[in-house]
Amino acid sequence: MKEMKFYGSALPGIEIEPYPGKLIVIEGTDGVGRSTHVALLRTWLESAGYAVLDTGMTRSVLAGRGIKNARTGHTLGRLTLQLYYATDFADRLENQILPALRAGFVVLTDRYIYSAIARGVVRGADPEWIRKIYGIALVPDAVFYLRMPSAEALARRVLATGRGFDYWESGMDLGLANDYYDSFIAYQKLLLKEFDRMSGEYGFHKIDASRPIKRIAAALRRSITPLIQEPPSQTGEAASPATVSPISRIPPPATPSAEPLSAEAELREKSA
Amino acid sequence: MISYGYHRYPGRLFVVEGTDGSGKSTQLSLLYQWLKSEGYSVFFSEWNSSPLVKDTTRRAKRRRLFTPTTFSLLHATDFADRTERDIIPPLKAGAIVLADRYIYTAFARDVARGCDRAWVRDLYKFAVKPTAAFFFRAPLSVAIDRIASARPQLKFYEAGMDMDWSDDEEESFKIFQGKILDEYDSMKSEFGLTLIDATQPIHTQQRQMREIVSRYLKEKLKEKAAPEK
Repeated sequence: MKEMKFYGSALPGIEIEPYPGKLIVIEGTDGVGRSTHVALLRTWLESAGYAVLDTGMTRSVLAGRGIKNARTGHTLGRLTLQLYYATDFADRLENQILPALRAGFVVLTDRYIYSAIARGVVRGADPEWIRKIYGIALVPDAVFYLRMPSAEALARRVLATGRGFDYWESGMDLGLANDYYDSFIAYQKLLLKEFDRMSGEYGFHKIDASRPIKRIAAALRRSITPLIQEPPSQTGEAASPATVSPISRIPPPATPSAEPLSAEAELREKSA
Repeated sequence: MISYGYHRYPGRLFVVEGTDGSGKSTQLSLLYQWLKSEGYSVFFSEWNSSPLVKDTTRRAKRRRLFTPTTFSLLHATDFADRTERDIIPPLKAGAIVLADRYIYTAFARDVARGCDRAWVRDLYKFAVKPTAAFFFRAPLSVAIDRIASARPQLKFYEAGMDMDWSDDEEESFKIFQGKILDEYDSMKSEFGLTLIDATQPIHTQQRQMREIVSRYLKEKLKEKAAPEK
């Protein structure tokens, strides 16, 4: 069991109590392979018998759709977009992440507050202001930062996937350059700088994302194994023996990860 | 850094605040009529008016998806859009902006719902500081009577039913409004709100309001005035 710790003032109406789950964050700039590794980890954890919830930015029931609609039209002001992201984050934290952690799930999150902070700061937000807003965030058990050595290497990676450059990933809203490639390079350079700055501040585990996928996956599994095997009694002094349980070993569902929304809906019901 | 707190825009921003049923909207529309007839260029900005955020808010209210934190954050999102779209541009252009409810509404409501006082204030750091903020204060009983006679059915969040203070809607509404009024009272000196006694006759309140507003107006804000060189 781990004590609930928040970066700033805790959420109102939340019971601060030790939880049996684990919150594992995969962070990094666009195109470093975060979602690939979340998927690999999920399969690995589930086949080992751990219940997994995966979540990521703009996937909240509350604000996900609104953000996507607004982004499609490129019509949101910078400030508005940042607060919309914070709303999305808070909804997922309260309705997906915390209930899952209380139920003993391993929560894998594709990005956390750090991406939101980096994007905000690059767009002119006061670094201190945005950190205070995200003071509602739970301190994760581990943050893995997939880091590409340069913006140029990142651009080659994005091109290799055959999907080309996207408006937002290229930071076209910032007007840094006239074409997508130059803008992508300039924007990702700024993001890298912010991520590197946060790395020490928040204690990221840095992983070189230019290595082959298999080796990165192995490195992630090596780091996560001791986390999930941690004996529960060490930190459980506040909890009575009856409530202390290791991470729940729930058999994998018949169709793993086929419909992540249904698992989330289930959690929502349980927490209600 | 995005922060408009200490602006030097040529326009003026007047806001009205107070509990539901304090009569503030009536007063603001009377002020609007007057400023218009005096020849000023005036813009109106209302709480919960961002077209981009409105659908999300409406859906969340209907499906009861809000927690105190997400309620606070989504309203801040709406307010940010209002600031970027409806408030800053007219102020830059030298117009008068009238806002029905402003950041103090959020401070009062969100703190009444249990949000951290300092956190909510930080959240709204980007807001433009108003030229003057009027707090229309009516005793709780008066405000509740006015609301009860005007609206037969209280809405879920409006009544604070999400907080489980009481199973009874009217009772819950009273508790919520009481907490909100306490917050407003403590903000009077913190933000220098201009107190208007909302139990006075409507025209008396309006006269007081116009007196104060006219101190901040200059001829050059008028629409018909010659363009500045």
